[in-house]
Amino acid sequence: MSAYKPLGGRILTAPFIFFAVIFLISLYFMAQRFIFGMGAASNLNGGFAWGIWVVYDVVIGTAFACGGYALAFTVYVFNKGQYHPLVRPAILASLLGYAMGGFGAFFDMGRWWQFYEIFLPWNWNFNSVMLEVGLCVSAYILVLALEFAPVYLEKIGAKGLLKTLNKLLFFFIALGMLLPTMHQSSLGSLLIVMGQKVHPLWQSWQFQPLLALLSALIMGFSIVIFEASFSTVGFRRASETSLLAGLGKIILGLLISFLLVRTVLLVVQGNLDQLFAGDRATLLYLIETVLFLIPVFILASPVNRNDGGKLLIAAVSMLLGGALYRFDAFLFTLNPGVGYSYFPSVPEIMVTLGVVSFEIMAYLVLVKTLPVLHREEHA
Amino acid sequence: MKRRDFLKAAAAGAALCSAGAAQARPNLQPPEHAVGMLFDSTLCIGCKACVAKCKEVNHMPPVIEGDKTTWDSARGLSGKTLNVIKVYKNGTAEVKDAKVNGFCFEKRSCMHCVDPGCVSVCPVTAMRRSPLTGIVTHHPEVCIGCRNCMVGCPYDVPQFEYNKTFGQIQKCQMCNQAGLERVDKGQLTGCAEVCPTGATLFGPRKALLAEAKRRMALKPGEIYNYPRGNVSKPYSHHEKAVPVYQSHIWGEKEAGGTNVMHISAVPFDKLGMPPLGERSPASIAEGVQHTLYNYMALPAIALAGLTYVVRRNTDDDNDGGEL
Ligand code: SF4
Ligand code: SF4
Ligand code: SF4
Repeated sequence: MSAYKPLGGRILTAPFIFFAVIFLISLYFMAQRFIFGMGAASNLNGGFAWGIWVVYDVVIGTAFACGGYALAFTVYVFNKGQYHPLVRPAILASLLGYAMGGFGAFFDMGRWWQFYEIFLPWNWNFNSVMLEVGLCVSAYILVLALEFAPVYLEKIGAKGLLKTLNKLLFFFIALGMLLPTMHQSSLGSLLIVMGQKVHPLWQSWQFQPLLALLSALIMGFSIVIFEASFSTVGFRRASETSLLAGLGKIILGLLISFLLVRTVLLVVQGNLDQLFAGDRATLLYLIETVLFLIPVFILASPVNRNDGGKLLIAAVSMLLGGALYRFDAFLFTLNPGVGYSYFPSVPEIMVTLGVVSFEIMAYLVLVKTLPVLHREEHA
Repeated sequence: MKRRDFLKAAAAGAALCSAGAAQARPNLQPPEHAVGMLFDSTLCIGCKACVAKCKEVNHMPPVIEGDKTTWDSARGLSGKTLNVIKVYKNGTAEVKDAKVNGFCFEKRSCMHCVDPGCVSVCPVTAMRRSPLTGIVTHHPEVCIGCRNCMVGCPYDVPQFEYNKTFGQIQKCQMCNQAGLERVDKGQLTGCAEVCPTGATLFGPRKALLAEAKRRMALKPGEIYNYPRGNVSKPYSHHEKAVPVYQSHIWGEKEAGGTNVMHISAVPFDKLGMPPLGERSPASIAEGVQHTLYNYMALPAIALAGLTYVVRRNTDDDNDGGEL
């Protein structure tokens, strides 16, 4: 018998209906975009060709979806089996998050009706970072679906298929660690060619992939903490704090590496003076740094690492810091030249909220109907 | 976990760090017979004949502002406009080509970069740089509309038709796109053909660069015989006193250089040119990509290492990696 069981309970709860309403409203704006063109629904322009649909839904959304990636390292590389109960919910959240990113990328494609051109090998431009991101994210969505498949197969009782899949799963787990390493770092590499449009405090050139990967891991691990604490509170399950505490040390190492690399680069690449410019960019950089320092102070103490509330604060702070880091680099401090400015339109915001709402609704339905969460006595 | 395993697992991370030490490839060089244009801002009188001609040869609609239907009111590049003349004004805007209290004109159209960002970033090779002429063309039949070329162009040249249901990217292709092929047919680009002052001059990049250098070397106030049309075989000349040029040929070196070069009496940052270095950002990005993904060797090694480690660590408790 499986160690996991569906949470059960009503589907049509108040939060579910709330998200459903937002989702339904967003459908109206989505239709607008497809019928009248991108301009009818968005404030995108010649200088800001990427708005929140790319930067939030894809660049930040997939980093939020790195929980499965981060946890896979913990469980299968560092061999910390005690975290195993968290794997299924994390994989599910990652699958939904990446599916949302994939949808966002498709939705944002100016020429969506020929999206398949990117899958035709004779079109491939191997110099293109975007090619790597596109193919690798698509492949990872498939891998996540395969990693999650046993949950569904278990539910419908397809024992034979389940057995075969379980035998091969080790390979998909390994792929599931390689692919995000590749495309999460590439999301940073996208900034390189944007050159001087990217503010010097965020333009680390060759080090973009390293910083992007570190930030993805930081966000991935904090999502694990966040999700587990959230499900503990929301679904009134026994606290998983003791399990989460151990992740703290890994996160601490990642945080310190990230801050160290960034600071050293600031000095080596000669941009220290930018810190004293006293403008909006300086302020945003400092806010990011504080958001990354708060968890450092919290996680440095073993007492705090066992305190659920403090862990949650650390996780939220890191998620905000990581999201802000990406927002700042791609949008908030981007300078495409005089005459261009961007603030997302109401339809743009509604579409993004709608997609996030759909993701949450799907998560709620799936944990209630499929064996995703671990039985309490084992947790 | 044993130390040996840790080393294997760390392979992926170490590979990534090596990107930091990646050697950027050198900037691309212009093809031997690269063609381009030289825009001399001091000659431009703002007549916008080039804007009208560009629309005519490329079959682009005019941009109408309010009820001013007599002329094209395009203020910037867009899905409807591949070429635009912008005005620089300072203070009282009385003196042509003066930085203070002066005015001048600046052309905006594709610079046809020697090492173009738009070509480097395009996942589906919908932006192509001709190995013969250096002209950068766009091919909508494979374009997915990701708009990376827009963010990857330092001059914000490619423009998406946001207001169409089925839009496409538009950019100046030096009048040499399939179906028009003015350059291949030995004609001038539309804008250079109609320019009454030779402010927009067509020709081989080398000859244009030599001409620009010649002008830099002239003494202000001297009379110079300015060519019109094609720098190598001008269809006419006109005489004019030499202005005080900035000794800066925009596009000789910027981000690897451009085939469309500009010279001016007003500094280029005042004319809205971006603060570029000499290194092409595309060369750095490609250096990183090719270090990490050369023959997919690093990913393959990392995958082998990860597979081994996962296999070992899942074998302990069950047959696969049961989730
Ligand atoms: S100016 Fe922009 S669009 Fe033109 S070749 Fe250079 S990068 Fe491409
Ligand atoms: S919008 Fe089209 S041309 Fe531009 S990078 Fe994307 S696929 Fe290439
Ligand atoms: S070369 Fe042709 S397309 Fe380009 S600006 Fe001149 S007329 Fe327009």
